[in-house]
Amino acid sequence: MSSTALEAMTTELARTGNPPSLHTAGRAARRTVEESREALAGAVGARPSEVLFTGGGTEADNLAVKGVFWGRRTGHPERRRILVSAVEHHAVLDPAFWMAEHSGAEIVLLPVDGGGRVDLAALREELAAHAPQTALVSVMWANNEVGTVQPVREIVQLAHQHGVPVHSDAVQALGQLPVDFAASGLDAMTITAHKLGGPVGTGALVARKDLPMTPVLHGGGQERGVRSGTLDVAGIRAFAVAATEAVGSLPERAVRLAALRDRLVGGVLERVPDAVLRGPADLALPPDDGAGSPARLPANAHLTFPGCEGDSLLYLLDSAGVEVSTGSACQAGVPRPSHVLLAMGVPEVEARGALRFSLGATSTDADVDLVLEVLPGVVDRARAAGLVSLGVGGAR
Amino acid sequence: MRVLAAMSGGVDSAVAAALAVEAGHEVVGVHMALSRTRDQFRTGSRGCCSIEDAGDARRAADVIGIPYYVWDLSERFEETVVADFLAEYEAGRTPNPCVRCNEHIKFEALLDRATALGFDAVATGHYAQVVERDGRRELHRSPNTEKDQSYVLAVMGPERLERAIFPLGGYASKAEVRAEAERRGLSVSAKPDSYDICFVADGDTRGFLRDRLGSRPGEIVDTEGAVLGAHDGAYAFTVGQRKGLRIDRPADDGRPRYVLDVQPAQNRVVVGPAELLTVDTITGSDAVWFAGADTSGTWFDAEVQVRAHGAPVAARVRAAVPDDGVAASGVEVHLPDERLRGVAPGQSVVVYEGTRVVGQATVSGASRSGSASRTAVAAR
Repeated sequence: MSSTALEAMTTELARTGNPPSLHTAGRAARRTVEESREALAGAVGARPSEVLFTGGGTEADNLAVKGVFWGRRTGHPERRRILVSAVEHHAVLDPAFWMAEHSGAEIVLLPVDGGGRVDLAALREELAAHAPQTALVSVMWANNEVGTVQPVREIVQLAHQHGVPVHSDAVQALGQLPVDFAASGLDAMTITAHKLGGPVGTGALVARKDLPMTPVLHGGGQERGVRSGTLDVAGIRAFAVAATEAVGSLPERAVRLAALRDRLVGGVLERVPDAVLRGPADLALPPDDGAGSPARLPANAHLTFPGCEGDSLLYLLDSAGVEVSTGSACQAGVPRPSHVLLAMGVPEVEARGALRFSLGATSTDADVDLVLEVLPGVVDRARAAGLVSLGVGGAR
Repeated sequence: MRVLAAMSGGVDSAVAAALAVEAGHEVVGVHMALSRTRDQFRTGSRGCCSIEDAGDARRAADVIGIPYYVWDLSERFEETVVADFLAEYEAGRTPNPCVRCNEHIKFEALLDRATALGFDAVATGHYAQVVERDGRRELHRSPNTEKDQSYVLAVMGPERLERAIFPLGGYASKAEVRAEAERRGLSVSAKPDSYDICFVADGDTRGFLRDRLGSRPGEIVDTEGAVLGAHDGAYAFTVGQRKGLRIDRPADDGRPRYVLDVQPAQNRVVVGPAELLTVDTITGSDAVWFAGADTSGTWFDAEVQVRAHGAPVAARVRAAVPDDGVAASGVEVHLPDERLRGVAPGQSVVVYEGTRVVGQATVSGASRSGSASRTAVAAR
């Protein structure tokens, strides 16, 4: 967590007060929440009344998918279709498929190209054929694994031509890319605190007030009656502080992280020539006019190493003091070939040798040096072990 | 040494990992994910591969203070253990999947990968002892006779034994191991033991085989060939089986009938009286011999065991020397005193001298002296 967010959080935790209460402590808490709501809205280009606090990104995604689906179907039972990209986070994919199983939804997975970018022609065709039966479109702003930035504005334009609302999971994007809810045209957008220096367990769904949405959590009627539950005042304050800070320092940070990332990618490809960079090949940042967006998240590098098992790489790097991810950890911590890579057309055996390097506020040149120093040996060793466990000549 | 501790999420492997740390080794815990469709929770004593088990293993690693990883070996497990299980039943034999798992997964896929990644040995929670004598390692029974697992470990052979550690080898009872777990604050100390086959989660082996192999109706016949009943698939029967034959007509002499033979080619199950099940000669294939074993082809005195929890019986044993002069790959066993009942092809026959494992093979046939070979299943 950022030190300012941590300080805001601990200060707030020492106070008591439930925002809806009418006594002094309650009023103070309410004021903190509303000031935070205004600050956060300002940081993401939304109106304060559009910010609905949740217990994190997963909850906000569930509210968007389920709440908007049910809201849009009210009076329109024909609206059964949910269009999601094939590379969505599980927090979107799983509620969508849950709705298919339990609530009559029909899921359409929008294909992506080899770089992980949604196929706009496929979306156009889908809408042309089935817009009246479509409840919503959900496409993430930027992919958490391979860093691909999606063409959100084009997606919104296509969907709005048919009157279909669009949700976007912007958890990875906020703090790494310019995110402006109003300018994007989105109807709903998920954000979360812990990706930008705030606490874990606090997020928000930013949603237009005219977006039909059925509550998912029922109770005290907080947050426009859409999301009941006592508000986490300290978490909300820290979220607002962290978001304001992260958005304010964005241009410099993006430039710094992209430079580190470029050195990392270049160094890896030089030392391990058969490694493959996955996701958009274009690493350039747009000219600093505040409007453009890069094709790839500046802090993201994702590579596959032929003949290696990701979990062997992970173990060896971890032992050497380098913490990386194999892409997506499932609930049991079992590394499985990533659905994102498979959707991009990466063969399963190649997808198994995937490593995602995420850079952050504390990443330094020395960190990149360490990775570049240990990686060639690690890859050699993992490759030897990888061939063993793929059972070349092993099975009888 | 750098030791990889295989951690199933059970009490034995957790204590084994802790003991490896206390012995001064540098230990890393690894949980093997063996199923792609894992149950969320274990139900009772069945199965060992649920997500809850992975969580228990992780928690144990935290308490012991060692790094912990999950390695996905599910594909290899399916290709070897599960595929062998199905193919063997289909061939009318009775596989032992725990033996195949030790052979192909724990002491091959896992051990080879560990070795490649720089580990010196793999530690497991098996009950068996490794004894160093004259500079070589011998595999011995555990003093905990009830839990002794030397029978299912013998398949690993001498070369892999060099890189295996069984920290529970000296423990005389499971209660002691549970006490060790409790002493170390391992919450798995009271977890129930697992039985049955881990990938047949509900314990219904016959149902599992039917799902995977399909229904194949055929006849149940007596030794004369008279049809006594029908079955859904000969693969679901095992030599020595008495229950589940569903023959509505009792035998003429009123005595119970047992499966004597499973004949996959004819999709036929042969049943008959118990005395026809007893054998005094066993042949085995795919033999593995430990250092010091007499593989010259001459007969020697030993004991053999043909079931995981069976009692050993005195035997005359010799390594089979094939006519073609190729290295001995089988074993012949003669039982001079006590006969064995229901020796099913596909099971392991393990040869002991006292507590020491001499060798092991897969049963390919069993017969009684003076009678034609009862089971004529071709050796693999």
